[in-house]
Amino acid sequence: MNYLENRKYVIQAIFLVVGVVYALRLFYIQVVDSSYKQAAETNAIKTVIQYPFRGLIYDRNGELLVQNTPVYDLMIVPKEARNIDTLRLANMLDIPLEDARERFKKARAYSWVKPSIFQQMLSTQDFAHIQDNLIDFPGFYINARTARGYPHQSLGHALGYIAEISPKQLEDSTYAGYRPGDYIGKAGIEMAYEEYLMGKRGVKYKMVNVRGIDKGSFKDGAYDTLSIAGQNMVSTIDLDLQAYGEHLMNGAKGSIVAIEPKTGEILAYISAPFYDPNLFTGKDYGKNYMQLLQDPDKTMFNRPIMADQNPPGSIFKVTQALIALEEGVITPNTRFACNRSLVNCHPHPSPLDLHGAVQHSCNPWFFLAYKALINQGKSKNTFTDTALGLKDWREHVLTFGFGKKLGIDIPGEKAGIIASTDLYDRVYGKNRWKYSTIYSLSIGQGELGVTPLQMANFMAIIANKGYYVTPHLIRSIGEDGKPLAENLERHYTSVKPHHYDPIIDGMADVVRAGTGRKASLDKIGITVCGKTGTAQNPQGPDHAVFVAFAPKEDPKIAIAVYVEHGKWGGQSAAPIAGLMIEKYMTDTISALKVQEKWVLSREYLNIRSK
Amino acid sequence: MPTAQHRVIGGKIVQPSSRRQSTSVFGNLDWFMVLIYFVLVALGWMNIYAVVYSPDNVVNIFSFDINSGRQLTFIATGVILMIVLLVVDYKVYEHLAFPIYGGIILLLLFTLAVANPVAGSRSWLDLGGGFRLQPAELAKFATALAISKFLSQVSLRQQKMKDQMVLAAITFLPAVIIILQNETGSALVFGSFILAFFREGMSPLILIIGGSAAAIFILTLLVPKLYLLIGIAALMGLAMFLDYRLMRRFKTMIALFVLVVGMVFSVDYFVNDVLQPHQQNRIKALINPEADPLGYGWNVTQSKIAIGSGGFWGKGFLEGTQTKFDFVPEQSTDFIFCTIGEEHGWVGSTILIALFLLLMMRIVYIAERQKSVFGRTYGYCVVSVIFFHFVINVGMTIGLAPVVGIPLPFFSYGGSSLWSFTILLFILLAIDANRNRELVR
Repeated sequence: MNYLENRKYVIQAIFLVVGVVYALRLFYIQVVDSSYKQAAETNAIKTVIQYPFRGLIYDRNGELLVQNTPVYDLMIVPKEARNIDTLRLANMLDIPLEDARERFKKARAYSWVKPSIFQQMLSTQDFAHIQDNLIDFPGFYINARTARGYPHQSLGHALGYIAEISPKQLEDSTYAGYRPGDYIGKAGIEMAYEEYLMGKRGVKYKMVNVRGIDKGSFKDGAYDTLSIAGQNMVSTIDLDLQAYGEHLMNGAKGSIVAIEPKTGEILAYISAPFYDPNLFTGKDYGKNYMQLLQDPDKTMFNRPIMADQNPPGSIFKVTQALIALEEGVITPNTRFACNRSLVNCHPHPSPLDLHGAVQHSCNPWFFLAYKALINQGKSKNTFTDTALGLKDWREHVLTFGFGKKLGIDIPGEKAGIIASTDLYDRVYGKNRWKYSTIYSLSIGQGELGVTPLQMANFMAIIANKGYYVTPHLIRSIGEDGKPLAENLERHYTSVKPHHYDPIIDGMADVVRAGTGRKASLDKIGITVCGKTGTAQNPQGPDHAVFVAFAPKEDPKIAIAVYVEHGKWGGQSAAPIAGLMIEKYMTDTISALKVQEKWVLSREYLNIRSK
Repeated sequence: MPTAQHRVIGGKIVQPSSRRQSTSVFGNLDWFMVLIYFVLVALGWMNIYAVVYSPDNVVNIFSFDINSGRQLTFIATGVILMIVLLVVDYKVYEHLAFPIYGGIILLLLFTLAVANPVAGSRSWLDLGGGFRLQPAELAKFATALAISKFLSQVSLRQQKMKDQMVLAAITFLPAVIIILQNETGSALVFGSFILAFFREGMSPLILIIGGSAAAIFILTLLVPKLYLLIGIAALMGLAMFLDYRLMRRFKTMIALFVLVVGMVFSVDYFVNDVLQPHQQNRIKALINPEADPLGYGWNVTQSKIAIGSGGFWGKGFLEGTQTKFDFVPEQSTDFIFCTIGEEHGWVGSTILIALFLLLMMRIVYIAERQKSVFGRTYGYCVVSVIFFHFVINVGMTIGLAPVVGIPLPFFSYGGSSLWSFTILLFILLAIDANRNRELVR
């Protein structure tokens, strides 16, 4: 026996040890450590998001408000982009040369082999132009997708827009399903109804090789999910009326809100100056957005729901009268003399009853009526009595939808301001204010702020004699066309229906023979009920207000027109409201042809104050 | 101890009467070994097909347009080669060992002189008609033959300095030429013969010193130097404490420690200044592939991902994504093991490892039953080469060995490699089939 022969055991032991070590190591990386499996998936399996079609939006007559249009992203794969004539590329895309260089750098920094976006959202025309030249630019190719498109130029403020989700939103758990680069509603209906409009994204698992080249679907698509298109919606907006309203307000500043009283459906929603929603699609989106954001006329300020700092003016007298009737401190026959020592007024017959006071908008009359309402003698102390009266009054006012958010179905609504005891206590101190401190409330001035939406809603209340349905912009979602449940509820005011009748009669005479004559549609047999107002503006010419509804017998439209610096409601706001009503009721302009010319001339902005 | 001087050639065979000897080579052939060989070759062939397989564009496994089809011709040629090797008089291998060795050395030099560089390597000889030969592959069996022949004439135990020098020259001459051809990986294979020398009587100290040096080298790259030295000092102290004989050699131990310190501090110099940049990267990739996953760490990282994603059972034949979609480089050749790991999981990988262990154990068994020193030494040379390839090739795919571009025996794609291992193995089987004609004891 050769002792060297035993060395074979040593050698065999070495083999065995290596084999066992390798098997253990393999067990560790294959079975114990799962990180390699994930790495393999990210390596070879590419998830491709299938973007669903975003829901379309139609107006109340079936006209398309929002659609999807094809846009094209110019993509770049840096590795394949060799010998690129950067100058020619920049010229072709109409961007500065430095920008083009910067984008190259960004793309390279992102990935050498993976495609990244070089130029977003090229229009079909741009695409056609670029496509022919693309052959000279290896590594560049076009990726088609859809963006929002509008076959009209209206309704920008209500529709809102979509844009790339912000990094801040991405961190928010509400947007858990979104990825960087996804589009999301950023304002208006697009934002409010995001969950319905966006649909459901599908996922496709694709296999790619090391160069990112497509190698077919993973497991024959067993794990793929189909995308489900977003739901179409029907808006309450009448696109014709909307466009006409914008035509009338072109060049002015202010708001028009028109509501169908019985349903709370918003027929027109105009915030002037307005913008073409098409500006927010396409490659110049960012530039356009910044321009609008910075413009001095505050185009992006959504006036109908956000302008809540302005007092309503004389239109608020109607509110006061209704509450006074409900409280029983006046009757339709109550007469007050026009005592200008109390508060200034303008020439008109005197003394007047309720009807006349509304028709002529007599300031002293409402001074006295509001005094009777506030100081009902519930306390012997006049300070306490005023505070008690104001508190009761405020509760009535809130039932008219003032001083709180109405709950319109787009974001950004403001509540407005209604004077309260707390407010005066803070300013003057408890028991240190009385009626003489707060009397300007009687004529709609002072510590009051009302949005144009609230004004229009107020008209709907009067048209309905005591209730309103939350104003809304979307009537139905999906194919069934049924109104949304939350838009069926009626909100009643604290004022009983029969008190509205004398007020409505007075408002009819405002248009027939009072300050609102320029809104009259008597010629075509439509009785318009309205009320003019002037909101005092310490910074410049007063703002003009006109609110109305028509026809008197069976109201179809309630409207509020607010013209900044329009001076008197009767001169600017009233004809605009009249035109809107005629347009909606008859689809043409005949009775108010003259007024249309006047309004479009913008002469009302040049009338000198007396 | 039998030596060449005592051998009786062609003497009368004295065998127990119960065992009748076949006179045919095929009758005495170790068919079990042949079976393992064919199993490995077949599995390799299927995996080569799996690498190129694409569900979009299914090409027949036999098609010559793809690697698997070409590999089949290599296999067929290999079969012819093996028959020739078995039929040829087995004595040729011993008698012509030196001439074959000399011829191959000349061929290596010739290649070095005329070869067109392929990826920086001057090791390929163009045979025309699209066929190329890598003589470095042939050098393995030739050197194995020469070593065996030399050792059958002088015993390593009765060491003479001169004999040792000759043996070292036989072993490292081809390695040096191959390094000059810029095929360092193939050259390292010649170091594996140390295993055969060990069996034939080389002092185990060389094996231990070599192993320790390698371990210290690797550890220096992984562990802070100070900790490493403290650890080594502690180990040496413990050894001296446990073995009083070492205590007496205190001075030797100190000298040894000083040597270790010198080595630890020269590793940086060696890695940064002696090694070529691509060799440095292979070392770095072994230590920490994550440091540059897209650069030098790419191969190892992707290879581990491919194997690791296989899980316990694997993704199934032709179902791998990592190897198929080119994430792993050199998948058909050096990184073929990734395909096994990914598609056949831990079970498949372990079975393959077991197959190689079986192969190596069987070769050891065959070597041990040889009656001639020549046959036995040659067997150990064969197993040394196969073992080295196996350790490095599988080790590099799982991050346990540096990336050295050498194929997995019988498995990887490529004619030169397959033929080289076929020659290596079947010369042994030819010698083994005729072992009973040798009468030595």
